[in-house]
Amino acid sequence: MTAQIVAPKERKVAQKRIALTGNHAVALAVKMARAEVIAAYPITPQTPVVEKLAEYVNNGELDAEFIPVESEHSAMSAVIGASAMGARTFTETSSQGLGHMYENLPIAVGMRLPIVMGMAVRTYSAPINVWGDYSDVMSMRELGWIIYIAQNAQEAFDTVIQAYRVAEDSRVHLPAVVAYDGFWTSHVLQPLDVPEDEEEVMRYAPITRSWVKLDVDNPAQLGAVGTPEWYWEIRWQAVEALRASLKVIQEADEEYGKVFGRSYGLLTPYRLEDAELAIVAYGSIFGLVKKVVDRLRREGVRAGALRLRVIRPWPGDMFKKLLEHVDKVAVIDRAINHGGPLYGPMAVEIAATIQKPVYNVLATIGMRAIDSDMIYDAVVKIHRGLWVPNTPYTVGLRGYE
Amino acid sequence: MKVAEEYPGLYEYANFELPQEELFLPGHGLCASCTIGVIARHMLKVLGPDTVVVNPTGCAEVSTVVYPRTNWAVPWIHVAFGNGGSVASGIEAAIKVLKRRGVIDPNRKINVVVFAGDGGTADIGFQALSGLLERGHKVIYVMYDNEGYMNTGIQRSGTTPLGASTTTAPAGRKVPGNVTHKKPMAAIAAAHGIPYVATANPAYVHDMVYKFKKAAEAEGPAFLHILQSCTPGWRFEPKYAIRVLELATETGYWVNYEIDHGEFRVTLPVPRRKPVKCFLELQGRFKHLKPEEVEAIQAVIDRDVEEINRIMGKEVIGPVDPSLPCITPRGAR
Ligand SMILES: Cc1ncc(C[n+]2csc(CCOP(=O)(O)OP(=O)(O)O)c2C)c(N)n1
Repeated sequence: MTAQIVAPKERKVAQKRIALTGNHAVALAVKMARAEVIAAYPITPQTPVVEKLAEYVNNGELDAEFIPVESEHSAMSAVIGASAMGARTFTETSSQGLGHMYENLPIAVGMRLPIVMGMAVRTYSAPINVWGDYSDVMSMRELGWIIYIAQNAQEAFDTVIQAYRVAEDSRVHLPAVVAYDGFWTSHVLQPLDVPEDEEEVMRYAPITRSWVKLDVDNPAQLGAVGTPEWYWEIRWQAVEALRASLKVIQEADEEYGKVFGRSYGLLTPYRLEDAELAIVAYGSIFGLVKKVVDRLRREGVRAGALRLRVIRPWPGDMFKKLLEHVDKVAVIDRAINHGGPLYGPMAVEIAATIQKPVYNVLATIGMRAIDSDMIYDAVVKIHRGLWVPNTPYTVGLRGYE
Repeated sequence: MKVAEEYPGLYEYANFELPQEELFLPGHGLCASCTIGVIARHMLKVLGPDTVVVNPTGCAEVSTVVYPRTNWAVPWIHVAFGNGGSVASGIEAAIKVLKRRGVIDPNRKINVVVFAGDGGTADIGFQALSGLLERGHKVIYVMYDNEGYMNTGIQRSGTTPLGASTTTAPAGRKVPGNVTHKKPMAAIAAAHGIPYVATANPAYVHDMVYKFKKAAEAEGPAFLHILQSCTPGWRFEPKYAIRVLELATETGYWVNYEIDHGEFRVTLPVPRRKPVKCFLELQGRFKHLKPEEVEAIQAVIDRDVEEINRIMGKEVIGPVDPSLPCITPRGAR
C-alpha cells in the first residue's frame, strides 16, 4: 500500500477530482488560501505557478495584489514588506532565483514573517541546467525556514495550505518553503482531489494576522540593529520557534487529514516495520524507491523505505525511532554537498542522527534520469557489503560508481 | 512663520504651519550636526503619524534604531541595503488589498516612505527604485545624498562629485580623487514619467517641507533628491553643516527644482552665483585640488546652469559674481 495518501476515512468535506500539473496545483492552493500579495519573477521550472496566479488575479478569481517585480531580490523584499504590513503573501522561485533572493531569506526569519514560498527545484549553474535537482532548497537549510519536500502534485497542493496554517500559528511565525521536483512534479499532469468549497480551506487555515506588523496605530520597528548584547537572544527565539514548530506541523497535518482526508506525517515510512535495510529518499523518486523495496522483499531481503517530507525542523527523534531496528541505511541524495564529510546533505544529517552505517548515494544530479533497476543495483551492492559506509557513491554518473 | 515675508522674492509660494509634535524623536546616534536628522524630522512633521518608513542600510538606520531604542514614533522597517524600493512596493500593495478586504479603513491615508542614502538609491538599490517607479506604486522615495557610503567609512558612491577624495577614490599623486560625475538621480527618476520629482536642501527648510507636502499629495510615485552635508565625510567643522549646504545652492553646485507632471521649475532662484571655490574650500575632501582642477569643476557647473536656464527659458541661476564674499553675513541676504 502507498503510505502517502491515507484512505479518506474521516474526510468531511466534499472534493472533486481534477488533473493539474504540480505547478498549477500549487497556484490553485495559493488561490484557495486567498493570498493577498504575490510577488514573483519568472524562472524555469516554477514560472507556470506565477503565470497562473497572475491569471487568477486578472480574471478576478483571486482578490490579491500581484506585483510583477524586476528581480527575485525584489520578489522576496516585496513579500517581506507586504507580510510585515500584515498581508498573507506568496512567492515562488527556483535555482539562481533563490540565489538572487538569498540575502533576504534569513531576514524573513529574523523578522518572524509567515511568508509561504513555493519551489520547483532546479540545480545551480554552471554549467547551465534548467532541470530539477535539490541543490537550491538544500542551500536553505541553515537559515531558519520551515522546509517541506512534497512528492507529487496532490501533496504539493495540500502542503501549501498546511504551510499557511503552520507559518501563521502564533507558536511559530516563521516562513515556510514547499519544494517539489522541477519537471518530474512541476510539469507532469497528475490527478488530484481538491475541495469543492474554497471556504473549507479558509476555515482550515484562516489568516491569523497574529504576527508583529507595521501598524500606524501601534508603531513598531522591524529589523532594528541588534547589537552583540541583543542579537543572540533574539535569534535564539527563532531557533526555538523552529524547533517548536515540529509539533505544530504535525498537528496541522493531522487536522488536515481529518478535514480533507489526506495526511503525510513528517516522515513517510514504507514497509519499514521489520526492515533490516532502509532506503531513504525525498521528492518524486520515492515512487521508484517503493518499487525497489517491493522487488527486494520478493527476493527475500527485508527492505523498507523512508521519505523525508519535512527537513526543517529536523525530525531527529522520529528518525531514530523509525530506523531503530534497521542495520543499514542507504540515503539517496539529489544534491551535492561539495567537499563535505559525505557528499549528500541528507546523508550527513542522517549519519549525525542515527549513528549507524549510512550509505551515501548521489542520484538525479542535474536531473540525470534513473530507473528502479539502477536504484536496485545500488541497494543490492550495499546489502551484499560491496560498498563501504560513509563513502559517497553515485548512480547514473558515467565513468564512476 | 511666513517665509514669503521674511525672504521676499526668494520663494514663489507661501508656507504652511508645521505641527509642534515630534515624530522623529531626540536622542539619536547621528554625528554632531548631521543633517539626516533635519531631513527626517521635517519629513515626519509634514507626513504625520500615519506613515510607514522603509529605511535601507546606511547611517540613518544604524544610528536611529539600535535595539531596544528607536527614534521613530511611526512604524519603521529595515530589510537590507538594496531593496528599499521593493520593500515599499510590497507594503503599498498590502495596504491596497487590506483596504479592499476591510482590514484597514479604506478612507485612511497611509504614507509609505523610503528613506534611503545615495548608495542605497543610486547604486545597489537602483534596480529596486526603478522597478518601484516603473510600476507606479504610491510611495514617496526620499534619497538623502551625502555623496558617499558614509556608514561604511566614506567610500565613493554613484553620486560622489568629481574631484572629491574618498577612501575608495583617494586623492593620489596620479589621480585627483573621484573621476566620475554625480549621477543625476532626479533626472533619472523623472525619466520614468512619475508625477512628482524634486531636489531639496535642508538649508532651505521651507522649500524642503513644501516638497514633502507635494510628494505626499502626488497620485503616484514621488522622488525627492535631498542634499545632506556629512561632517566626517565632507570634512568640515560641525558648525558649518548648514553653511556648506547654503554654499552648495549659492554656487549653483546644487539647484533646487521640481518636476511636477513633467513641468520643470527652479524653486530657488539664485540671481548672482558665488564661485564653486567657496563651496569646495570649506571641505577637506576637496583640499587636494589644484586651481586648474577647481576651474574644471567650475566649468561643469557653468554648463549645468546654462542648461537649466535654457530649460526654464529665462535666467533663474545668474552668472558667477566674483565680488561676492564666500560667507554672506547673517541677515544680509
Ligand atoms: C549587500 C550589502 N553590501 C554592502 C553592505 C555594507 N554597507 C552598509 S551601509 C553601506 C553604505 C551606505 O551608503 P549610503 O546608502 O550612501 O548611506 P549612508 O551610509 O551614506 O547614510 C554599505 C556599503 C551592506 N549592508 N549590504
